[in-house]
Amino acid sequence: MLEKLFQKISLLSASLVLVILVGIFTTLFLAAKPAIDEYGFNFVTEKAWDKEVPLVQDTTTQNIDNIAVGSAEDLADDDTVIDDEDDVISDEDDADDDTILMDDEDEESTATKTIYGGLVPVVGTLLTTLIALIFAVPIAMGIAIFLSEIAPKNISNVVGIAIELLAAIPSIIFGMWGLYYFAPIVSDLFGGYQVSLLTAGLVLGVMILPFMAAITRDSMNTTPNVLKESAYAMGATKFEVIKDVIFPYSKVGIIGSIILALGRALGETMAVAFLIGSIFSLPQKITDPTISIPVALANNFGEASGLGESALFYLALILFIISFAIISFAKFYFLKRVKK
Amino acid sequence: MRLLINKIVLALSTLSAVVGLAFLGWILITLVAKGITSFHFELFLKDLVDGGLRNLIIGQFIMAGIASLIGIPLGMVAGIYIREYGRGKYAEFIRDLSDIMMSAPSIVIGAFVYAVIVIPTGGTSGFAGAIALAIMMIPIIINTTDSMLSLVPKELREAGIALGASKYKVIFDIVIKAAKVGIMTGVLLSFARIIGETAPLLFTSETSNYFSLNLTESFPSLTVSIYDLANEPEKASRDLAWAASFILTVIVLVINLTGRYITRNKHK
Repeated sequence: MLEKLFQKISLLSASLVLVILVGIFTTLFLAAKPAIDEYGFNFVTEKAWDKEVPLVQDTTTQNIDNIAVGSAEDLADDDTVIDDEDDVISDEDDADDDTILMDDEDEESTATKTIYGGLVPVVGTLLTTLIALIFAVPIAMGIAIFLSEIAPKNISNVVGIAIELLAAIPSIIFGMWGLYYFAPIVSDLFGGYQVSLLTAGLVLGVMILPFMAAITRDSMNTTPNVLKESAYAMGATKFEVIKDVIFPYSKVGIIGSIILALGRALGETMAVAFLIGSIFSLPQKITDPTISIPVALANNFGEASGLGESALFYLALILFIISFAIISFAKFYFLKRVKK
Repeated sequence: MRLLINKIVLALSTLSAVVGLAFLGWILITLVAKGITSFHFELFLKDLVDGGLRNLIIGQFIMAGIASLIGIPLGMVAGIYIREYGRGKYAEFIRDLSDIMMSAPSIVIGAFVYAVIVIPTGGTSGFAGAIALAIMMIPIIINTTDSMLSLVPKELREAGIALGASKYKVIFDIVIKAAKVGIMTGVLLSFARIIGETAPLLFTSETSNYFSLNLTESFPSLTVSIYDLANEPEKASRDLAWAASFILTVIVLVINLTGRYITRNKHK
């Protein structure tokens, strides 16, 4: 009896994972629905965010407005100036009146709409992640090689634990350090603003460094000693052993760890929030400030409402799908093979 | 030539290790230096509104604590299902999903909780923050429980069943006892992970300058306040942010080291 009950409970709590994931997806989708209906896939190609544009951009409504206003004006004209000789002049007046009246109407009845586009945050997210990876991958590989092949056992143990502890430091601390200590140096070296794509990417790189180094080292350590020893016995140098024995053996695990770090960098909020500048504009140079999806969410969620809020949910949905796809790819394609 | 290349490559990788470690050391030194100069014991006695951190630290622990009360039992039972009861594809599927969920962006979880709890209840609350943290915690606990149970030898289970014990008795009296230390470590590490989280709390619990135990309103959070304080122009606020970061890091590292220490003692 208890046995059955416990089995049911455990099945339910395991299924909770599925329920939560499906729940996240549907909730985000429903909340983003107004924005999806409004913009569709053009959302990711639109640069403007929270920008007021006149509704008359839409040609059909413009025509209707024109006709309505025009005919009203014509009627008024007909009443007052019948048989006017200066037809041409009155026509011109008509046209002038038309435009003025239209403008007035725009302001009074707020015939503008606010458009939201996701291009800037999407680009910002991808570029910061790319910079972070370019910076972190070589250094993380160096650390992993150093720990697993070069350093003596006791140094490697101490440094290894230090790196794992650093991976546990909350990301907000990396952000603060980056803003007050790292960014001034970077902007001195490369020019430009202290808050920029470059500094955000580099700090993000420093943040994923310990995580990436730790898992890369773990997968390098799985190489059987017999393989390494036989290569050394053939007279191979350390570099040749690393290149021809360890890398091929642990390649899949290393790529998997890079992709996991990539997933982490994509969704990182706090380390980036301090440094990216939070401006909805496309960066022209690497030292320009911009914004990423998580930062857009972090800074605008509380205040947004209506379509703006829906657009934020749309961004969250995009981020969720991107990271879900990347992580499952890493999981099923690379990490599975390590287990076997 | 081969030897030269070898030397160059080894030197390069040692150099990159030094560079990487230098960066990380730089962060730690900054944190300790800034943290200690701005640190007083009075910070633990006053609330943020009087320039202290007491309410924030207590608030952060309360939210992480409630998240643990929800997340640990659920995660452990789910982990037990995957390893002990689950047969075939479904358990495998849940295991993969939980791994994926473990790396889901924390801000997205915040957005989810915002949509399902904050909007319907009409405002940010400590309860919403705790739920967001619990959602982050569940997959981590599942993962550790699952891998720790897998280390328990099959013979122990067989011995229990041969004595006529029912399956859940075997699980609770034998398997869990054998895996206890490992699971404890996992629980501590996951607690250390969620207590330093900021992103899922930003718009679920927000933060509060006052001491509060009322989970239905905006709740004081150490990490969210660090973010707010660090962005303020006055130096006093920033110093307070550094002191808070220092305390947060010490808390995280102490919990982390305790977890590691427990497992190491076991292996001796």
